[in-house]
This record gives sequence, structure tokens and C-alpha cells, in this order.
Amino acid sequence: MSKPILITVGPGTSKVNKTGAWRTLMPVFKHDKCNDCRICVTVCPDACIFGQNNVYNANLDYCKGCGICAHECPVDDIEMVLEAK
Amino acid sequence: MAETTKKRKPKPPVTESLLTSGHRACAGCGESLGAKLVIDAAGPNTIVTTCTGCLEVFSTPYPESAWRVPWIHSLFENSSAVAAGVEAGLKALGKKEGINVIAQGGDGGTADIGIGCLSGMLERNHEVLYVCYDNEAYMNTGVQRSGLTPFDTHTTTSPSGKKSFGNQHPKKPLLEIVAAHNIPYATSATVGYPADLQLKVKKALKEKGATFIHLHVPCPLGWVYNTELTIEIARLAVQTGLFPLVEFKWGKVTRVRKITRERKPVEEYLKHQGRYRHLFASEEGKKEIKKIQAIADANIEKYGLV
Amino acid sequence: MRKLIEGSMAVSESVRLCRPHVIAAYPITPQTHIVEFLSQMVADGDLKSEFINVESEFGAASVVLGASAVGARAYSATTSQGLLLMSEVIYNIAGMRLPLVITIANRSVSAPISIWNDHSDVVVLRDSGLITLFAENAQELMDIHPQAYKIAENPEVSLPVSVNMDGFILTHAFEPVEMLDQKFVDEFLPPFEPVHKLDVENPITMGLLAEPTWYMETRYKLKETMEDAIPIIENVAEEFKEKTGRWFGGLIDTYRMEDAEIAIVGMGSLIGTLKDVVDTLRAKGEKVGVLKIRSFRPFPKEKIREICSEINQLVVFDKSYSLGLGTILQEELRACFYRQKHQPLVSGFVVGLGGRDIPPQSIIDCYNETKGKEILDEFVDINEEAVGRR
Ligand SMILES: Cc1ncc(C[n+]2csc(CCOP(=O)(O)OP(=O)(O)O)c2C)c(N)n1
Ligand SMILES: [Mg+2]
Repeated sequence: MSKPILITVGPGTSKVNKTGAWRTLMPVFKHDKCNDCRICVTVCPDACIFGQNNVYNANLDYCKGCGICAHECPVDDIEMVLEAK
Repeated sequence: MAETTKKRKPKPPVTESLLTSGHRACAGCGESLGAKLVIDAAGPNTIVTTCTGCLEVFSTPYPESAWRVPWIHSLFENSSAVAAGVEAGLKALGKKEGINVIAQGGDGGTADIGIGCLSGMLERNHEVLYVCYDNEAYMNTGVQRSGLTPFDTHTTTSPSGKKSFGNQHPKKPLLEIVAAHNIPYATSATVGYPADLQLKVKKALKEKGATFIHLHVPCPLGWVYNTELTIEIARLAVQTGLFPLVEFKWGKVTRVRKITRERKPVEEYLKHQGRYRHLFASEEGKKEIKKIQAIADANIEKYGLV
Repeated sequence: MRKLIEGSMAVSESVRLCRPHVIAAYPITPQTHIVEFLSQMVADGDLKSEFINVESEFGAASVVLGASAVGARAYSATTSQGLLLMSEVIYNIAGMRLPLVITIANRSVSAPISIWNDHSDVVVLRDSGLITLFAENAQELMDIHPQAYKIAENPEVSLPVSVNMDGFILTHAFEPVEMLDQKFVDEFLPPFEPVHKLDVENPITMGLLAEPTWYMETRYKLKETMEDAIPIIENVAEEFKEKTGRWFGGLIDTYRMEDAEIAIVGMGSLIGTLKDVVDTLRAKGEKVGVLKIRSFRPFPKEKIREICSEINQLVVFDKSYSLGLGTILQEELRACFYRQKHQPLVSGFVVGLGGRDIPPQSIIDCYNETKGKEILDEFVDINEEAVGRR
């Protein structure tokens, strides 16, 4: 190929951008009443909740602390807490 | 819990989304959530074109892209025409089989400035799914009014004031306009009901022609509400009758989401949002709320939602 | 094989031989015949292209943009108002480094609305990154389209190329044309290998937002690429000449310039008239030749300086005018000699706006009047009384 032309980029390169720094509230996954419904995973706008078998966690490198997961959790197993930074 | 999970086959671990982390959407952004749900339902064999707007800006600031599928942005008003070219190019190269083409844009890019290109793409019935992310204003440029901004909404170019309750035009009937092109499938959907949305994406992509999803995506910044309420507010728009979920096939209504049991007065929806705060501040404002209720009632009547 | 055909047919035949995968265009006089012919070729099965009947030129340009982005060879044609409607997209196509070819049947720009020829349309896009070539007759139109694709698709270039032809004068005139054949074009123009494309196997992102930290670098690369295109345009024309014996110039062409002291300069079909004028003047003993600018963008400054090293004066005939500045080609030629060792006198005349006839005698009159002295901004053959000229 010819010289670089600086106008295309590879897939998923946004991950260098650690949006977790924006957060003030942090989701705490209590791993207590989780029914494995994965609603938290589905509703996360930042696609940063991962896990399996009733154990899910937000990747805090990216979680912006919007609180949708906690608000939508049908069993109240996620709590938003003020993050001490 | 342990007892119930024991019997079920464990789900595979959660995998990375095709619209991945590190994008710069505001916390709680309904549009980023909608886009994630759409692309994950469509899967990796998808080429995406996108209009200028928040979605493009927050997901692809050079040299970073949150997209893990081939993706292109050209201009504010042409993602539908670019997608038509993508589809035609793939067909001519004999590479269309098994590849989805999705065009997307905001309410402004779709219903206002891009409606000419959209209409052409629909009329020619390209095998393209168009998704309109309706956050009811030009958010990227700072919450200005669009043709899909609802009646009596405060935006920066339709402000409420001493002599105005905000935008005085009802929402343009985008879905009906699209459906009138007599395309195989056109539907409304919302991030309030993610499973329904993802099902509709899959349904649309099975069609051999142009399809359309009018996707309601609340915007915490522009609508002025707390970020955790995105999904709840989206659901309330449906439950009040202000954003009816209706499916069209070949121009005819084939299915609606009934709200018989969950129906709520419009105040329930409006009260969470700062863009309607002016309606709760005076007696005249309360009369305006009645007008909004009338809009919801007309929707309910028109589509038989109860 | 030689055939008597319309200029628009020469274009359509030539484009057909280039095997475009996708064609999108919108009717506008005087471009319309080109896309009518192409759509008939598709309807008859003589051309296997996706022919997209778009809703506007804006849509046409956007469709070919999308097609080129997946690695398809794409084609469009337009003029005047249509080109202006495309302009936002043309900038975008160039900025995204998507090669394709677009034929422009040059026409004046409204208001007042006029369907007749001048170059006011394409000059609007002179800063867009669109490689801009001018053809002089039907034979050149036949020959130039495979060259245009070869330049556009060269990985060192990867830019849109426009082939400009004077509306009506070339689009609607019948001329004998030596036809190219498929075997030749297939050998001359290899299949399109894009430098980047939308592909699920390698899912890149195209058309990103550039913050102030990046925008200048992308524009710098475009600037560099336009410079890189200069020898490529020349080489492609040379290669074509080697294989066919035909030559209409690379970046420029010259006529009777060998011992010339004055060069008459123009673009497009006007070159035919200028050659006749030069023959007449030469017969009277004038040392004059024709300089044809074939590549308006990139503008071949070095080449022009080289060719004009012995020239005392350039007499430039422009079919466009930059309101508030002057005649465009003349200004650019003048700039190209600024602070050079050799600085010929440069005169500029405006001719043929909105299809105004350009009689050879008018050119001769201009020449005689300006010989040895600078004349600028002269609107040739206007109705002095009607404009109430000062
Ligand atoms: C031709 C043109 N006009 C105006 C703009 C400025 N502009 C960019 S994005 C935008 C608003 C986008 O609104 P919408 O389509 O609703 O998308 P949102 O940002 O709300 O998701 C505007 C006005 C532009 N980029 N191009
Ligand atoms: Mg919007």
C-alpha cells in the first residue's frame, strides 16, 4: 500500500479512551440477589458490564456511572455509591 | 438463587459489543444505548453508514472508533444514499449475500435535511435497514428544534418564554411518511423495550428490501433528566401514548403494542423532564398539558392502543 | 474502428468500456444524453452496472461515494446546478480518498438560469481535491475516461477525477471518433484495487471526526497527493500514447509553440478555435502558439514555467470569472510566474459566458490589442450599450 493517509482507523480503537474518569457515582454489584437476567448488560450504554453465572461487574475503566443498570435491576442487586477518588 | 440456576444451562460469558466502550457519549445517552442494541442484534456481517450528529461524533473522533463493524460517515444528510451506494456496489461485486447494510441518522439527519435521500432510498427499495435515532432535537449542535421535536417542547431554538410554550408544531409523522413508500417493513421501537427493539432489527434484516426503524432514544442532556432514567422515560413515552409502537408491512399497520393495562396520563412522562418544566409553572401551562394529552389520546385512538 | 458519433456517445461508450459497477446520475441539460445512453446500454445488457436512478445530484454523488467505499468502480455525470448540489459531497469524496470518475458537461451557473456552456460550474470546486481534466473534442473524450479511472485508482492518488467537456459544443456535436475496444481498455485499465474499503473481514472506520489536533495533517496529505498526481497524470497519458499513437496532452498540450513568443491559453473545446487562430496569425508572420491546460487541478505550475521559458506574453481566454477578483485561469497563471526569473506579461479576457459565441476574429482582435501590453478583465463581445459600460 501507499503512504499513510490518516483518515481511517481500525475497529474498537476507542478503548484507549478511559471514560471511567468521568464518573462520580459508581455501581456496586452486590452479587446477592442476582437472577442472571442480564438486564444490566443489555441496558448499559457503554457496553462495559461483563460476567457470567450471576456474577456481573462493570469495567470501571469505562463505566461513566449513569446508573441505568442500578435503576433497571429488577432485584435491586446494584447500588450506586459516591466514589471516593 | 443457586437452586434455580443449577437447573439452567449456564449462559456463555458476556462478550464485547460491536459498539464498544470508550466512546464519548454522555453518561446515560439513549442514542448510544440504541445504537449498541441495534448493531449487536444485526451482528458482525454488517456495514453501517451514519449521518453527522451525536452518534457519529461520540463514536468516531480520529484516531479512535468504537465500531467493530465496517462503518462510514459521510455527511449530515446522506447516510441513506451512501448506504444505497454500498448496497449497489456490493451487489455489482457479487458480495451482497449475507451482508446487512444499515444506514442511521438522528431525527434531524433523517426527518429534516436527509428526507430527500431517505425517500429516494426507500422508493428504490434498496436492501438497507434505516434506523432513525429520535432524540427529538438537534442534540449535536446544542438542542435545537427539529421536525421531530414534540409540541410545547423547550429547545434552544424553540424556547419557552413569556409568550411561548416552546415548539408550536406537532411531531412530523415520520413513520407514516416512511410507511407510505410501501416498503416491506417499517416500525417504531424504543430503548425502553430493548428486547422488542432487537427482535425488530432481526425482523427487518430478513426482508429483501428497504426497512425502517423509528427508534425513540431519550437524551438526558437535551431533555434534562437524571441519567439513570433513560429507559424509564422511554417506557413512559410508550405507556402514555406519546410514542406508539406500531409495525407496518407494505404500508399497512400489522401490529401495535397495546397499552391497555399500563396506560398513564402524559404528566407522568412530562414531569421528569426539564424541557417541559415550563408547563408545570402556571395555570396556562396546565392547559397546554391538556393539549399534549389530546395528542396522546389521538395516537391511542388512531392505532387502537387500548 | 472509426465512427461518426455525438460527444455524449463518445463519453458513454468510453465509460461502458471502463466497466463501472455502479452508475448514479440525475438528468440535467446538457449532460442528459450521457446517462440516457448508459441506461440504454444497461437495459440492453451491453453494460453490467447497477444503474441507480437517484432523486437528486446530491443523492447521485452520495450513492457513488458509498459504492466506491466498498471497492466498486463508480461513475456519475452532471453539470452546473447539479454539480453545485453535489459540491458538499465532492469535497467529502476527495477528503475520504475515494476514487471515482465524474463527467461534467460544463455549463453556466444560475442566476439568470442558462443551459449553455461556460466553465463557471467546475471552477467552484477548484479547492475541493477533485482532479479536474478538460477534454477538447470527442476523440479526447473517448480516450480520456480510461485514463481518468487509471489516475483516480492509482493507490498513490485515490481521488475523484472529473472529466470536463463543454456543454452542447462537445456533448451534442457529432465528430468522427476512433473507437476504443474492450480488449484494449481491459489491458490499459486494471481492475480497481481500493487502498481502503468497507469490508466485514477487516472492519475499518471511515469518515471520522478530526479535532484540531488532526485536521491539518489530513489536509496536508491531500496537498501532497495532489502533487504526487502530477507525474501520474502525465505518465498515464504517455502510456496511452504509446499504445494508441494518440496524444491530447498530459498536464498540458502545446501547438506551434516551438519558436513562439506569445502563447494563447485556454481549456476545453476552445483549444480547437485557438489552433485555427494561431494558424491564421502564423500565416501573417506572428510568432504565436497555443498552450492548452488539460489538468486544471492539479495545476501544473512547473510544467507551465518550463514550457513558457522563452515566452514573452500569455494571452489567456477564460470561460469563467471570479467575481470580485478577476479571470480565474489568468490569475492562476500570473501567480505561477510570481518572483520567477522569467516573468512573461499576462493578459486575461473573458469569453463565451453563458454560451456566447466565440468567433475566431474576436480572439484575433484581442490578440492584436493586447500584444505587448497587459489587458485584464475584458469581457469580449458584450453589448456595450446594454450594460451602459463606463
Ligand atoms: C449541511 C449541514 N448542516 C448543518 C450541519 C450541522 N449539524 C451537524 S449535526 C446537527 C444536528 C444533528 O441532529 P440530529 O440529526 O437530530 O442528530 P443528534 O445529534 O441529535 O443525534 C447539525 C445541525 C451539518 N453538519 N451539515
Ligand atoms: Mg436528534
